[in-house]
Amino acid sequence: MNGIKIVVLAKQVPDTRNVGPDAMKADGTVNRSVLPAIFNPEDLNALEQALRIKERYEGVTVTLLTMGPVRAAEIIREGLYRGADDGVLLTDRAFAGSDTLATSYALALAVRKLSPDLVIGGRQAIDGDTAQVGPQVAEKLGWPQVTYAEEMHFEGDRLIIRRRLERGVETVSAPLPLVVTVNGTAPACRYRNARLVMKYKYARTETELQAENADYIAAGRPLIKITEWGVDAIGADPDQLGLSGSPTKVKEIENVILQSKESKRLTSSDSDIESLVRELLENHTIG
Amino acid sequence: MNNLFVFCELDEGRPAEVSLELLTRGRALANTLDCRLEAVVLGNGIDGIEDQLFPYGVDVVHVADDPVLEHYRTMPYASVVAGIFKQEQPQIALMGATTTGRDLGPRVSSALHSGLTADCTSLEIGDHYVKKSDATYKNILYQIRPAFGGNIIATIINPDHRPQMATVREGVMKCEIVNKNYRGEVKRIDISEFIRPEDLAVEIIERHMEPRKVDIKSARIIVSGGYGMGSKENFALLYELASVLGGEVAASRAAVDAGFAGHERQVGQTGVTVRPKLYIACGISGQIQHTAGMNQSGKIIAINNDPMAPINSIADYVINGDVAEVIPRLIKHYKANAR
Repeated sequence: MNGIKIVVLAKQVPDTRNVGPDAMKADGTVNRSVLPAIFNPEDLNALEQALRIKERYEGVTVTLLTMGPVRAAEIIREGLYRGADDGVLLTDRAFAGSDTLATSYALALAVRKLSPDLVIGGRQAIDGDTAQVGPQVAEKLGWPQVTYAEEMHFEGDRLIIRRRLERGVETVSAPLPLVVTVNGTAPACRYRNARLVMKYKYARTETELQAENADYIAAGRPLIKITEWGVDAIGADPDQLGLSGSPTKVKEIENVILQSKESKRLTSSDSDIESLVRELLENHTIG
Repeated sequence: MNNLFVFCELDEGRPAEVSLELLTRGRALANTLDCRLEAVVLGNGIDGIEDQLFPYGVDVVHVADDPVLEHYRTMPYASVVAGIFKQEQPQIALMGATTTGRDLGPRVSSALHSGLTADCTSLEIGDHYVKKSDATYKNILYQIRPAFGGNIIATIINPDHRPQMATVREGVMKCEIVNKNYRGEVKRIDISEFIRPEDLAVEIIERHMEPRKVDIKSARIIVSGGYGMGSKENFALLYELASVLGGEVAASRAAVDAGFAGHERQVGQTGVTVRPKLYIACGISGQIQHTAGMNQSGKIIAINNDPMAPINSIADYVINGDVAEVIPRLIKHYKANAR
């Protein structure tokens, strides 16, 4: 499909996959400072799908949309290095504390403002693992959704999508506009392109520019700006955002402390193993 | 009105395991709340499906039976389920955290502007006190789930919006018939009331579903291998022990990622939750991601040569040694002692 506009939804997340013992503070809360902030893995799979469509058809544009603190601009640059055309950072204090529904409300408003034909996001983010934002954005837009995508291509004006389900695969045909969420089993994202890294290395949001003292003009670099939108830019109702706009509340957080049992310590000697087997047989655990 | 609803997913024409687990838990919660348990089931040619649900103590089964509902598709299913919920105003709505439930749940919750908690591992009823307004919410649903990659357990509530919605992981709750003669009421749904033509825009072209081959969830004994097994070949030992004991082989995520075993055998947060009578963890260090999926096992034996491995702290028996040495001895002594 020539000339379509794609928005890729991405999130910067703490890397929860490799948490060490220092990831939790003594009070049982997460020590975010020791966890590196990364491009959510399945959102990279989503970006790759968008870039493949861009390569295959004429005049396709790919815009990366993310919501988060100012530092989330890092993943927009990461997307630009890999081939996205531009990016939008949704950032505002009013967004803080949003649950998936409030997040989807804000993202849907931003998507509507960008008016793409196709929205592609990762299946879920590794910090929450909810898989809710894609479908909820679709519902807010009133568009159909196709989740767990692994591969997609156009046939005429319909997108043919292979979905990975628990027990098999399903291929569907869907019209645009459409929201697609991509599974981790889809092809990995391409690497950064050195030329694009040079081009976008100094791409900055307005807030970043103000915070940095670097003088771009003096350094002779072309200024590339990353769009930054707040609540007003997308015309959001503050009552539907943040903690107050979120139906779900966190009542309690508990650190996972696995109960230590009285373990019997055995060696691998024949006599130890034999007495273990006898004990398990006697209490009917085995046999 | 304001009853507890369970969306029942069908698996080859039969209620999915997770849906029956939810009905079981739902019955207990409905008793606590003194409300009715209602089920919603969609499909094609599913006459008599209610007979498979009533024994779990279901008071009302809402049945939508139509050719467009043959296979799960987001839009028609979401329109029917959201439509029923709008009419019936459930206080609680539950569904399985399957690929279907995780696709349907957020769509429905967004349409109803209710909150949704994904992948719960436990559901309880309790009160919630808000200091600021000095108000107490009585008998609300505690939606308990691991978060942050399994490093914390969060209790989520949904005080002001209804239904309180949650998806629940398969295998974390028990499945029990209340009374095989229990009978409720059947309500047939006229789907034309809910489905709009544009709901049928996405078409299924092809489906390839494989029957569930490996079923570690219902195994009574599980012999599980981790990255410490070293290779796919070394897993042969585990299969041997499992076959002698009448169990199944499972694996940790690290072992699956390394290609030692298929994903269908993975136990843990991103795999299956199991609660066998006996869990033998071989060469598994016991990251929380793994233990969250097996710490409810009746007895746990850890075999490894790392005295500091986290798995040891939840094990009933810790065998310090080489798996390749220990397993043949277990087999030998079992054969010698078992009748």
